Amino acid sequence: MSIIELEVEPLHRRLGVTDDELEAIRARLDGRDPNDLELAMFSVMWSEHCSYKSSKPLLRTLPIAGEGVVAGPGENAGVISIGDGLAVAFKIESHNHPSAVEPYQGAATGVGGILRDIFTMGARPIAVLDALRFGDPVDPRTRHLVDGVVRGVGGYGNCVGVPTVGGELVFDPSYGGNPLVNVMAIGLLEERRLTLAAAPGPGNLVVLFGSTTGRDGIGGASVLASATFSDDDPSKRPSVQVGDPFAEKLLIEASLELIDRGLVEGLQDLGAGGITCATSETADRAGTGILVDLDAIPRREPGLAPFEVMISESQERMCAAVLPENWEAVREVCDRWGLPVAIIGRVTDDGDIAIVQAGQEIARIPARALTSDAIVHDRVAAPPTHRRDAPAPGAPSEISDRLPERGTDPGAVLLALLGSANLSSRHSVFRQYDSTVGANTVAGPGRGAAVLRVDGTTKALVATTDGNQSVGRLDPWLGAALSVAEATRNVSITGARPLGVTNCLNYGDPTRPEAFWQLSEGVRGLADACLALGLPVTGGNVSLYNESASGAIAPTPEIGVVGLLDDIATLVGPAFVMVDDAILLIGAAGPGLVGSEYAGLAGEATEDAPPALDLAREAAIQRFVREAISRGLVASAQDISGGGFGVAIAECAMWSGLGASVRLAIGHSPAVDLFGESPSRLVLTCRPRYAAALELLARQHGLPAETIGSVGGDRLRIELTLAGATGAAEERGGWVADALEVPVRDLSHVWEHGLARALGWEG
Amino acid sequence: MPVRVGVVVFPGSNCDRDTVRALDLVGAEPVVLWHEQASLDSVAAVVLPGGFAYGDYVRAGVIARFSPVMRSVAEFAGRGGLVLGICNGFQVLAESGLVPGALLRNASLRFVGHEVAIAPVRSDTAFTRGLEIGRGLRMPVAHGEGRFYADAVTLDALERDGQVLFRYVDPAGMPADPDHLANPNGSLRAIAGVMNAAGNVAGLMPHPERAAEVILGSDEGFGIIRSLVESAAQAVGQGPAVIGTGAR
Amino acid sequence: MTSFRFAVNVTPKPGILDPAGRAVEGSLGHLGIEGVQDVRIGRRAELTVEATEVTVARAVVERMASELLSNPLIEVFEIESIAGASSATDSQAGAD
Repeated sequence: MSIIELEVEPLHRRLGVTDDELEAIRARLDGRDPNDLELAMFSVMWSEHCSYKSSKPLLRTLPIAGEGVVAGPGENAGVISIGDGLAVAFKIESHNHPSAVEPYQGAATGVGGILRDIFTMGARPIAVLDALRFGDPVDPRTRHLVDGVVRGVGGYGNCVGVPTVGGELVFDPSYGGNPLVNVMAIGLLEERRLTLAAAPGPGNLVVLFGSTTGRDGIGGASVLASATFSDDDPSKRPSVQVGDPFAEKLLIEASLELIDRGLVEGLQDLGAGGITCATSETADRAGTGILVDLDAIPRREPGLAPFEVMISESQERMCAAVLPENWEAVREVCDRWGLPVAIIGRVTDDGDIAIVQAGQEIARIPARALTSDAIVHDRVAAPPTHRRDAPAPGAPSEISDRLPERGTDPGAVLLALLGSANLSSRHSVFRQYDSTVGANTVAGPGRGAAVLRVDGTTKALVATTDGNQSVGRLDPWLGAALSVAEATRNVSITGARPLGVTNCLNYGDPTRPEAFWQLSEGVRGLADACLALGLPVTGGNVSLYNESASGAIAPTPEIGVVGLLDDIATLVGPAFVMVDDAILLIGAAGPGLVGSEYAGLAGEATEDAPPALDLAREAAIQRFVREAISRGLVASAQDISGGGFGVAIAECAMWSGLGASVRLAIGHSPAVDLFGESPSRLVLTCRPRYAAALELLARQHGLPAETIGSVGGDRLRIELTLAGATGAAEERGGWVADALEVPVRDLSHVWEHGLARALGWEG
Repeated sequence: MPVRVGVVVFPGSNCDRDTVRALDLVGAEPVVLWHEQASLDSVAAVVLPGGFAYGDYVRAGVIARFSPVMRSVAEFAGRGGLVLGICNGFQVLAESGLVPGALLRNASLRFVGHEVAIAPVRSDTAFTRGLEIGRGLRMPVAHGEGRFYADAVTLDALERDGQVLFRYVDPAGMPADPDHLANPNGSLRAIAGVMNAAGNVAGLMPHPERAAEVILGSDEGFGIIRSLVESAAQAVGQGPAVIGTGAR
Repeated sequence: MTSFRFAVNVTPKPGILDPAGRAVEGSLGHLGIEGVQDVRIGRRAELTVEATEVTVARAVVERMASELLSNPLIEVFEIESIAGASSATDSQAGAD
């Protein structure tokens, strides 16, 4: 090997900075070249993760205005007023790539990071929901990842004392090489305690507290170590971040105490980009600068290079702007909670992040060059050449499956769906989480949206996460819009009013036109759905480059929604409530089975497409169900989603232990009507005397509504009739298929054991 | 005047606020006791709440045992003061030797967080006044190290001397076998809670403080908290003597 | 075949945060212990391998240690021979 071959690429490229970006950096430094430390700082701040350089132009199109919004995108978390002087803070964020490398610590630090985003704003974290996606559950690698991620979520959340109240666990082959770990956190604050991540007031102290700084998460920038700084043993340069939930718990208490006592002028947590990110973002937001004294930063180990200190992603750290006269009090609080604390710099008025070591200035960069004025790329979007469009609403149906005619027993299909990896009970995972700490959990994980009472009021917060990748892979607009529709519907069927939307956009490599098209379509779907439903997007996170050797993930817009229920006494759940209650089907099934769980079992017909979404109807059905619940007409409310009507009504039965007998009119094909996943449909129950009023109310909202049966017995019985033949089926041509009739006990059995079996946790 | 009940806060305690709330509901005056303080502020009883004291990284409860407040709690218990440890608090009491047995890693080697039913074995102790013997009380468990262990001789002695306070029970109301889901951690003889020989210090793994209101799914833990507070009130009224009955 | 007894000590990689070690250090004050630092907490496994010779046995333990007992991303291991047959205890740093 010749010397020439050993020549490596220029440093900036090895740090992931392109030649164009280097040029843009020079332009922001009055034409001079950045030194290595500055280049390292730019490389992390101009990463996709910190700068949103590919997605920013798209995200600007999202609706952000909404009733009660106190803080929106750009802050650590969205904050919305809920009355009584209180506000809710919430946000969802990804930790996909770290979890692929080290599932336990990746998931754990994902929980830690999103919790910090919440308490940074002065909110006490009250709940976590985790949306997880993995490849084939039979694959040993998947099982290893599931086990590690589940333990990591639990290990961190359980210890820090924030209940894990919901989330998702979805298997899809596209995640085989690239799992998704999206974590949503919710916090509650007194509105007057709202604290922003800014460093105002030149002369104020910049204080770092929490854990000490080590070589965690240096990752790609570690090339600097070998290139310029030292010849240390590479094993001493770990890039895996390790979470310390105990330190986080202390950090929560100390931070909230500091805020409560008015001791900080601004507060920012340290995540990606470490001290560089925290100082530049807080300075930029306040229009100030910060002078950092590198030697003052408490270290976990000796010999850290300046760039390592500046970009380390050591966990459980916070950065505060503090009035000089408050320093002693701040120190006392941190000391009492056993947290290292140090003054690491001062707020200045020059707008620069300047780094001083041993009295020498070793870096100076305008704060805005690292953050708000970071580079933005115009990426190229191009749809794939072959696409399938959704059938238009009301279009004649192409019957893609003739399941009962084919001789398949619909009861067997229902059992297969209930026992499938994606639709079976998540209990074997959720029971590894503490879902009740905090003593506010009214409805925990596993049965629709989570419900948390707001202590000291009659109110409750209702939260859920939903993401649709199976339709999204064919039609990314529809996948995103369906995700918003389902998440908000899950909140509305409790009676709560959705307040806002947070989102985690998981997509592929944005420099690939098709992947960027998926992202732009996803954002368009998110925006359209939020506008139609009148909801603001209050923040979120973008995770790109979700690709592995086996390809890109299916586009996955993960949607988190928080809703407010004014009077918890009106809360409605999905389970049947009482024998003899009338069962109503609201909405109508549309054609299309592609992307459904049924299609996952039975296969997709080539001429078929995903079902269509009518956003106006979705808005109407949500308004209807909230009104019906507020009028006290509804006993239980369940939405029809994964597994279609069959799985929806089976869940109502299993969760109550009560059977039901219904007649389902087949408007399309038995498969579509029983197991299709077309949106904007509900299964409601009510006392028999309210059934007529409910039907009328639904029609007033422009919705089809029909009483299809009643609650009772210990079996689920679904008779299939020709459309329009209810009550007189025989006269109209007889049954189109055998009735489905399964004991509720049998439904529960396959549902409860499905996941553990799929994962090999039980035989 | 409401009876003062201390709630110890270790760094890493995370059920302290829930415990304070439950004590409020019962009508007691909760007094927060910080781990660095030696004084118990003249409380009539002490609760060690759940959580992960000092992170619980080494062995649940072991580090908390050496804190200043625990020296005082041990003295208080030695004088007959009422002490209840819940979950991590039980682990701290066991590590401190204030209650018998040890809490080992769950048999499943996984954290367990779900609802269980525990049945009082006695109704004549400071912690189980007015509870129905053998009737399952629904409340959550949430722990990674809760498998009650003692050697067979000790177990026999605990049963003989009436120191077993609660057992996990299955849906039929029978003590749940260690491999049954109703016994969430594989505890020997389905033991969910025990007390010391004198009957003034008790620990249990499940969380009665999270099951004190119907809205949270169960109020069947309320009676345990109420029993503690009533016993404490009686103890204050009657001086330092212990209420309830100790070992038989 | 001969029996060889080994111990595998797994500890956090240098530089990796060790919350357990930190928690122990933080608690020493309460015990009145001073002057202790750099506490690193790991795990130890002891095992017996049947093999024709020690190098073969050690290779088995190496594989076990690197693939099963330790997580190479965040931990290192050390193999000790603790056989009664051999009084000498040798030790060797893990491959990572």
